[in-house]
Amino acid sequence: MGILEVKNVGKRFGGLQALGDVNLSVAENSVHAIIGPNGAGKSTLLNCLVGKLIPDTGSVMFDGQSVLGRKPYEINQMGISRVFQTPEIFGDLSVLENMLIPCFAKRDGAFHLSAFKNMLADKEMVERAQHMLEEMNMAGKHAMNAAALSRGDKRRLEIGMCLSQEPRLLLLDEPTAGMARADTNNTIDLLKQISDERDITIAIIEHDMHVVFSLAERITVLAQGTPLVEDTPDNIKGHPKVREAYLGETQDAA
Amino acid sequence: MLKLNKSDTLLFVIVAAMVLLAPFILNPFPQGSSLAQMFNAGYPDLMQRFVIFGILVIGFNILFGLTGYLSFGHAAFLGIGSYSAVWMFKLLSMNVIPALILSMIVAGIFSLAIGYVSLRRSGIYFSILTLAFAQMSYNLAYSVLGNPSSSYNLTNGETGLQVYSNDPQYFASSSAPDTPHLFGLAMSDSSKLDIGSWQFTFNNGYYMSGILMLVAFYISIRIFRSPFGMMLRAVKSNQQRMNYTGLNTKPYTLAAFVISGMYAGLAGGLLSSMDPLAGAERMHWTASGEIVIMAILGGVGTLIGPIVGAGFNEYFKNILSKINDGILHQWLSFLPDGLENFIVGILHYFVGKGWHLTLGLLFMMVIIFLPGGLVEGGQRLAKLFKRKKTEDGSDSNNTPAK
Repeated sequence: MGILEVKNVGKRFGGLQALGDVNLSVAENSVHAIIGPNGAGKSTLLNCLVGKLIPDTGSVMFDGQSVLGRKPYEINQMGISRVFQTPEIFGDLSVLENMLIPCFAKRDGAFHLSAFKNMLADKEMVERAQHMLEEMNMAGKHAMNAAALSRGDKRRLEIGMCLSQEPRLLLLDEPTAGMARADTNNTIDLLKQISDERDITIAIIEHDMHVVFSLAERITVLAQGTPLVEDTPDNIKGHPKVREAYLGETQDAA
Repeated sequence: MLKLNKSDTLLFVIVAAMVLLAPFILNPFPQGSSLAQMFNAGYPDLMQRFVIFGILVIGFNILFGLTGYLSFGHAAFLGIGSYSAVWMFKLLSMNVIPALILSMIVAGIFSLAIGYVSLRRSGIYFSILTLAFAQMSYNLAYSVLGNPSSSYNLTNGETGLQVYSNDPQYFASSSAPDTPHLFGLAMSDSSKLDIGSWQFTFNNGYYMSGILMLVAFYISIRIFRSPFGMMLRAVKSNQQRMNYTGLNTKPYTLAAFVISGMYAGLAGGLLSSMDPLAGAERMHWTASGEIVIMAILGGVGTLIGPIVGAGFNEYFKNILSKINDGILHQWLSFLPDGLENFIVGILHYFVGKGWHLTLGLLFMMVIIFLPGGLVEGGQRLAKLFKRKKTEDGSDSNNTPAK
C-alpha cells in the first residue's frame, strides 16, 4: 500500500478523454517519475491529485484519506506540496518573506488573524525560514525581491518553500523545464539530496529523460491517458512499448 | 518605541507632530492678507476633513494597497457610518462615543455581508460588484428607506438625517451642549491664539479626529508589519501559490475588507460628529471614486501615502474652488489688458466651479510621471538630496507628510 493510491481515475474534457483509466501506486519515501509524450495526460493527472481538477471517475487516496472534493489548500495541509513548471513564488515580496509564508501556514493553519504581532519578532518562524534559506544556499539573498532572482534561484526558493512545510509528498511538475544544463544538474543534485536526507516521497512529472533516469526509482509511462507500463528505470530504458510511444511521436512531430 | 521599528517610529512621530501642530503649519500667512484668504488651511472645517479623510483612505489602503482588491464602493460604508452616528445622537445623546462605536459596528456588519458576496470574484468583477452594492445602498438611502411619511424612515431621504428637538435622546443631560460633544467638550468649539498678526485656531473636533487618525495610522503600521499583513501582500502577489501553500485566501481578503469597512465607518461617524447631518450623497459612486483617487494620488500600498493623498486632494479642492475671476484679474493685472482677459478667460474653466478639471489634470500628471503617487515624488526628491550631500548616513524613508 503506497502513500498515494490512484485507482481507476478518468477525466474527460468534452470530447477528449484526457485520462482513461489510471491506476498508480506511489510507495512511501520513494522517487516516482511519471513520463509520457505531450498530451499523455500527465498534467491532468497531477491536477487531479492537488485538487485543481476533480476526476469524473475513480479515487485518489493520500495516506488512507480521499483527496477528492477537497480544495487545494486543504490538500496541501494534508501534506502534499506542489512545485510548478514555472516557479510560482511571491514576486513582490522579499526572499525571506517568501520563506516565512509557508512556515506560518504550517504552524498557524489555513487562516490565522495575527494583525498586531510583528512578523519579524517571531523568532521561531524567522529562524526556521533562515535555516531553510541556508539549506537552499540562499541566505545571502534574503532581502532581495523574489522577482529579481534568477530562474534557477526561483526554482530553489520554490522547492525550499515547499520543504519548509515538511510535506510527506512533494509533487514536481517538470521542475527543469526551460533550464540551462548547469541549472538542471543543480536541481537534480538538490532533489537527490532532499530524497536522501528526508522522510519524503517525491513524485515527478518530467520530459527530460536525463533528469528522470538520474532520479527515479520507479517510472510510470503514460500515453494517451492510460499507463503503458510501470517499472524500474533500467527496464524502462529498453522497453519496446516505451520506445514506440516516444519515438513514434517524435518522428511524427519532426 | 511602541513596538515599531526605527523608521516606522520616526514616520509615526513626524505624522503625530504634523497633526498636533497642524493649526500652525497650515496657517503660514498672517490673518487678513490676501494670501491667507487663498492658501491658509488652518480653519476647523478643512482641518477636520484632512484627518477624517485620512482615516478613510488609510483604511482603504489596507484593502487596496495590500491585497490589490479595488473596492469601488467604499463610500457606502462612509455613509452607513454617518447615518449610524446620527441615529445615536437622536436616540441616546449628543455624546460622540456611542455614535462612533455604533458607526464602526454597523459599517463592519455591512462590509462583512457585502465583502462575503463580492469577494467571490476578483479583479474588475470585484470592483463592479462593490460598485453595484454601493449604488444600491445609495438608492436605498435616498428614496426607499428615506420616505418621511413611512414608518421605517431610516435616512430621511433627500433632506438628510438630522437631530430634531423632539427626538427622544434618552440619555441626554441638560448640562451638556446640544451639539455633538465628548463628555461636554463640544466638537464645534475652538480656542484661538493670536500671535502678532497671525491667528491660530485649535478646534476640539479636529483634535479628537486627529488623535483617532493617529490611532488608525498606528494600527495600520502594525497591520503592515504583521504576519497578517504579509499574507495580504501575498494575496496581491500570487493567489495560486497561496492556495498551494495551504492558505485559504478568502478569510484573509474578507478580514481586510471588514477592517477597511470599519475604518470607513469611523470616518463617516466622525463626519457626523463634526456636523450632525448625514445625507445620501456621501454614498454616491463619485464619492467612492474620490477615495480611489486619493489613495492613488498619495501612493498605494505605502504607509504615509493615504494621508498625503487625502490632504492633497482636500487642500487643492478647497483652494481651487475659492479662486474666482476677480482674483485671477488681480493676480494677472501686470499683463496688458487684452492678454490678461484672454488668460483669465481660459483659466476661468480651471478654477472656482471648474476645480474638478484642474484636480483631474493633476491626477493625470501624478499617474503618468509618478506612478507610485506623491510618496514616490518625495522619495525621488530625498534621493536627489542624498546624492548631493554624498556622505550622509541618515534615514531616507521619511517622505513629506501632511
